[in-house]
Amino acid sequence: MSACVQTITDYGLRAVGIGKRLLPREDFTLCEQFTLIGSGMIWNVYFGILALIAGFGFATLLAVGKASSIKVIRKPSEWFIFLFRGSPLFIQFFFGYFLFLKLKTVFPIFAPFTAAWLGALVVLFFNTSAYTAEIFYGALRSIPKGDVEAADAYGLSGWSRFKRVIWPTMLRLAWPAYTNEAIFLFHATTLVFFSGFPAWQQRGDALYYASYFADKTFNPFIPYPILAGYFILLTLCVIGLFSIVNRHLNRHLPANTRQRLRIRPNLIR
Amino acid sequence: MACYLTTGKHMSIYWSVLTVLLLLGITAPTALAFGFAGASAARSRIAPVSWFGRGYIAVVRGVPDIAFFLFFVIALDQIIEATRHHILCPDWVEPIRQGSDFVVCQAAKMPLGNAPQRVHESYGFAIAVFTFAIVFGAFAANVIQGAMATVPRGQIETGESYGMTSRQTFWRILVPQMWVYALPGLSNLWMVLIKATPLLFLLGIQDIVYWARELGGIKTSRFTDYPHGDWRMWYFLALLVFYLIFTRVSEITLERLMVRLTRGQATTAGEAQRKAGTT
Repeated sequence: MSACVQTITDYGLRAVGIGKRLLPREDFTLCEQFTLIGSGMIWNVYFGILALIAGFGFATLLAVGKASSIKVIRKPSEWFIFLFRGSPLFIQFFFGYFLFLKLKTVFPIFAPFTAAWLGALVVLFFNTSAYTAEIFYGALRSIPKGDVEAADAYGLSGWSRFKRVIWPTMLRLAWPAYTNEAIFLFHATTLVFFSGFPAWQQRGDALYYASYFADKTFNPFIPYPILAGYFILLTLCVIGLFSIVNRHLNRHLPANTRQRLRIRPNLIR
Repeated sequence: MACYLTTGKHMSIYWSVLTVLLLLGITAPTALAFGFAGASAARSRIAPVSWFGRGYIAVVRGVPDIAFFLFFVIALDQIIEATRHHILCPDWVEPIRQGSDFVVCQAAKMPLGNAPQRVHESYGFAIAVFTFAIVFGAFAANVIQGAMATVPRGQIETGESYGMTSRQTFWRILVPQMWVYALPGLSNLWMVLIKATPLLFLLGIQDIVYWARELGGIKTSRFTDYPHGDWRMWYFLALLVFYLIFTRVSEITLERLMVRLTRGQATTAGEAQRKAGTT
């Protein structure tokens, strides 16, 4: 038991570079596997949360852009969404990494982008923005006509109509699909360290450590189920948080017409 | 330039495009079969069968898929070798797992140690296809399960009122009608499947990602007639464009298929088609 506490202090923050330098090399205990894979989850959560928050704002802009009647605004948004939804995230990571490498030789300012913490975050941010924008765009188009007409009748227009009527309704309609997108995003973060971005000083994410253990012990039946357990917990947390927001968004509706969250997680891109 | 693009190594990247297409060609029907089996199992009235179907769908969908890919490739290999070990070498006393090693007798190695390179490659490919089929089968099962639940209850009741058994209503009424409800989900799945093919690289197959990294890397004049700097960015740009075109073409094709399938169905789209046809 005390050995396990020692392991946790040694490796609990290993993924961010705090603690013992060397990874365990032999006689792997269950405790070590749990601790290191859990410590890797820090990166998954980091990438997921930041990309999600940043992506939310950008996606709203893109969705409004795609729904715009002005061609100069609509076309770029459409192309951006098509580019990132039509190609595999895995290839996007590779391309992004090599692009940043090339840019680094010309502009030294791009040096941090070749590291996972920023470079992969940028790719994930663009990717999730595109997927979310498509969801929001679909929701924008299915806003009931009556809601907008009512806003017009009250004399709301332009920004205040968008802020008070269109945007909240869009969010409410898009929320179930957006929840799934958030879950996908967290699952997609596991690709980062397998796609060119180097895990500097073996600071990797949960899957990186899980595959490290599977390689060393040649026994996939322990590390991967641990990883799966962590991800199921993470997914449950995401669902919990999003359903609180969902309840808030739907609070003005009579109970029997409220939209229930339908969770259909996990399709890779 | 034309000479550069037709060197022996470049031929391998073109072949690996075919590998990707072959993977899609085999996986799609296999996953569909898995999905159909899974969905039918989940609907079953026999409790253990139903639990098995539901469990399969829930577990595979709850976990990141690359974790599944990485897991299954080793796990399947070990299960096959362990099974062969027990059958072929029954008098072997030592345990299979010795610390960090996985030891089976020579005859149980899969593929055999003296097999040609070709066999090794196709064995790896077969395992990869099977893994893809398991994972995407679960997604397909989910879609098909939803589609089966969407077929209007009245349609099945009509079948029952004609005295059909439950097996007959399943095969003659439910299955033919569910496709139109399943198609949007399945076409989404097809897109996801296309976009999952680069993950073959993680399963140790020499696919387009492997060759793009290989060919794009810095080449000096010592090893090749065409020395160049780090071109990996351009190779991956080419892959990006390849996938964009591929998904776009499938999208258009699937839309056409949807129009064909809705003809004469009791859905809003089918009704709209009928009206457009008569007026």
